[in-house]
Amino acid sequence: MGFLSEPVGLSHYLAVGAFMFVMGAVCMATKRNTLGILMGVELILNGANINFLAFASPYFREDNLGLDGHMLALFVIVLAAAEAAVALAIALNFYNNHATIDVDRASELRG
Amino acid sequence: MNQVASGLVTSQWNIATLGLLAASDGAINWHTLFFFIFALTACGFALAVLVSSHVVRMAFFLIVSLSAASGVMFTSGAHFVGTMQLLIYVGGTVVLLIFGVMLTAQEAFITLKTKAGDWVLGILVGGTLLALLVQVAFLDPTWHSTDYQQRLAAQHEAVTEELRQELLAGRDRSELSPETLQKLADLESEIASGFPENVGRIGLALVGVRADTTDESVGLAGYLLPFEIVSVHLVVVLVGAAYLARAKRRRTDLIE
Repeated sequence: MGFLSEPVGLSHYLAVGAFMFVMGAVCMATKRNTLGILMGVELILNGANINFLAFASPYFREDNLGLDGHMLALFVIVLAAAEAAVALAIALNFYNNHATIDVDRASELRG
Repeated sequence: MNQVASGLVTSQWNIATLGLLAASDGAINWHTLFFFIFALTACGFALAVLVSSHVVRMAFFLIVSLSAASGVMFTSGAHFVGTMQLLIYVGGTVVLLIFGVMLTAQEAFITLKTKAGDWVLGILVGGTLLALLVQVAFLDPTWHSTDYQQRLAAQHEAVTEELRQELLAGRDRSELSPETLQKLADLESEIASGFPENVGRIGLALVGVRADTTDESVGLAGYLLPFEIVSVHLVVVLVGAAYLARAKRRRTDLIE
């Protein structure tokens, strides 16, 4: 258990952010449920937030982003809430009009 | 008298340093341990969101993953953002998503299986992207670890030593230089609780005042304008969402 006595660095945080980003991206690409795609977007935004906060942390680098990183992360959280509200409204509309939430059957949404 | 005073002072200050110094001689580093607990939970449940095809379970896994991600944020020193992640994301956004799941959860849509070809393609592209990103994250050897804890412990040790010298030189405890005592208090507060003053600075930055920097070139570059824009954006978006998602009984009545 030698790694537990070593302090973690910026790379570990970036790896966690990258993993959550990729999970979200693959989730968006493979899910057929509209709400599953929305969950993928949430995972992507979280991965980005972890990266922002890792670069903002005074623990890892002397010339960190500081407060700017925290502010950007907060704005990302607020915008994610707004995005979720609109996307959910669109999904509900789609469900009401087409009686399905399978995006493979959403070809009628073209213009 | 002086011996007694210095004994008191050193024993009191050594308790604070123990937590830092213990990390250097092979014992468990608690920051690392908690980082790995939160990181593995976040990553594992993110993977579960991807693998599961049951939409209600996906929503639950997402809640656990996002909560653990807020733990990762806490371990990076971003206490306020981590709290907001729990309040807004886990308490608001995901609840909204779960309402969406409940409103659309009909027998046929609870489990929509992904086609095998999509899986192969997604895992191929995603795996390549993940390998690339992780490699880039570990590219810089100075990012692998941090000497922050050791630096803090060394500073604390230096200040304590300075005070000890003053005591041994015959000064009374009330005559110690106030700057050094303040420095020691600042260091101990940083060791014990990180940067709690960031919360107030975030609030000030949102109204356009930067309290965290004395850099002249930054000037009044606070976040007042982005804050206003995002507020109006949120109002417009929520009104629009309510309009989009409303029941459309009246319109169908008119058509009939």
